[in-house]
Amino acid sequence: MNLNRRQILLLLPAAAVAWDFLLAGNPEGSPNYKMSDHWWGMLIDIAKCIGCGSCVRACAMENDVPEGYFRTWVERYHVTDWHIENPEVDSPKGGMDGFPPGKTEGGKNFFVPKMCNQCVDSPCSQVCPVGATFHTPDGVVLVDYDYCLGCRYCIQACPYGCRFFHPQKHTADKCTLCYHRITKGLTTACCEACPTGARQLADLKNPNDPIHAFLKTHAVQVLKPHLATGSKLFYNSLDGSVR
Amino acid sequence: MEGFMYPNEVELQWSILIVLYPFLTGLVAGAFILASLERVFRVEEVKPTYRLALLTALAFLIVAPLPLQLHLGHPERSLEMYLTPHRSSAMAMFGFVYLWYLMAVLVVEIWLDYRRDIVCLAESSRGVKGALYRILALGSYNISPAALRIDDRVGWIITLIGIPSAFLLHGYVGFIFGSVKANPWWSTPLMPVVFLFSAMVSGIALVLLMYMVTCAIRRVAIDMRCLDTIAKYLFYTFVIDFALEMLDLIHRIYESDESFRSLDFMVHTRLFYSQILMQIFLGTLAPLALLSLTQMIGFPAAARRRIYAIASVFTLVGIFAMRWNVVIGGQLFSKSFLGYTSYKVHLITREGLLPAVVLMILPFAILYLLIKILPPWQVESPVGAEMHGDD
Repeated sequence: MNLNRRQILLLLPAAAVAWDFLLAGNPEGSPNYKMSDHWWGMLIDIAKCIGCGSCVRACAMENDVPEGYFRTWVERYHVTDWHIENPEVDSPKGGMDGFPPGKTEGGKNFFVPKMCNQCVDSPCSQVCPVGATFHTPDGVVLVDYDYCLGCRYCIQACPYGCRFFHPQKHTADKCTLCYHRITKGLTTACCEACPTGARQLADLKNPNDPIHAFLKTHAVQVLKPHLATGSKLFYNSLDGSVR
Repeated sequence: MEGFMYPNEVELQWSILIVLYPFLTGLVAGAFILASLERVFRVEEVKPTYRLALLTALAFLIVAPLPLQLHLGHPERSLEMYLTPHRSSAMAMFGFVYLWYLMAVLVVEIWLDYRRDIVCLAESSRGVKGALYRILALGSYNISPAALRIDDRVGWIITLIGIPSAFLLHGYVGFIFGSVKANPWWSTPLMPVVFLFSAMVSGIALVLLMYMVTCAIRRVAIDMRCLDTIAKYLFYTFVIDFALEMLDLIHRIYESDESFRSLDFMVHTRLFYSQILMQIFLGTLAPLALLSLTQMIGFPAAARRRIYAIASVFTLVGIFAMRWNVVIGGQLFSKSFLGYTSYKVHLITREGLLPAVVLMILPFAILYLLIKILPPWQVESPVGAEMHGDD
């Protein structure tokens, strides 16, 4: 085959696209997973969290979260007496390396793990100008990184501070509830790493999931319920001071 | 950083460029609304500024999307907003409101208003300039009185459509902020109305200034009847704008909801200069006092001109400060209401001070070009130009 310079120049970009496609490989399949059979959420039992930061580290490793940004983090609250509106809160490095000794006198201390609330009526997906943030049929809020404009409106709209602007991808980024894992029958990286079982992945459509029994017998709350986002991140023994 | 912020909140997402965006669109909407006063409500006094106001609106409208484009993480994908808009997103509608306003209202109105001049200039110019006017004429050389009457009537209808469009353009910018329920500094139904009235205030102040500057450059006398009328409108709209902003403030103070302590602290510390001094004292109370003085006391013309000029500059500074306080102020506090961050403007970065300054100068450069191509002042028709009327 004889190709002149002009034809080669025309073919090169096509070859580059084809090569890129080859390198990308096939998307991972989950042949036994049926989206309509699941409705994902999470249960967080505050009384069980010891603030070790394993979940934050596991998440960062599993999802290649850039340094200084967090798909999940842990906050430490110190609430004195009746000052429920003025808690002292810290989260050094998102709690990734655990916490330095805190105040033990004159109040209560507890840890609050935070992450995307996988809201049913999520403000982030509502405001996205192109629909790059979307809901999967099994109840997970995801970002299409190939579609996101990077306008950051969703970051402004999230009441929980769960989103960030990815410094390399130049798009919005957030917790995916380890969608690549849960669709293969695994649990999330943070739940897997939690040594006390403070985090439990919950399938609200599965009648055999222990979440149902737990919700029936415990006083469970969501964060900022007045904003009516339909959060599916359920907290057990959540203190009123938590924001 | 002070107190506690959610760890992802430390970095500010919307920079000075996003401050520019509502400022620029506000000037567009305000200038257009002033222009339409003459056209729709037949306020003859402001006629000398009619065309200047339209060209000012166009120059600023051309630049308005540029700060957004510069700010995007993936500007090359911005066209997706037109191709696959997300209907529940206030921001997605921007493209359509913008295009509608630019193509269906402003450009058509300017073209209709200038058609006679374009034809005259096409007849009298040669070379590149002549070719430019022949292109702008779009093959329509009929400037008979009957044709001009049709132009005028269609222009009137376009302006009539244009007024709600201008309201929509800027009211919607307010809605982008006002509808964010996660942010109590933004989330108020008053936001679109406040944005709209502050837009009118800034646009009127800008046209007033531009009129004075262009008169000075052209060495022609300023029409004081026109200037007084514009200043009167500036005063009235400013009173409404101020009342709305105070209503918002009093409401917040009296309600004192969960966010109040946090916001109150912010206004007294991080936003003290930009909010209390720049926006309220220098940018609102000072021009209001100056303008009300001119309404009450019969100053001589030269003094009035100076007062109007100073009041307009203060007004523009104040409205810019208002945009700053909304956009930047809304990101300085944590959504946990337990801490505060700060914003440092970089100089030469993509979202730094330099591009902001360039984007602020650019509309004036475009306006200069537009004025060169389409002089807002009457063009003498060349002898015989009217003869083509019945082509």
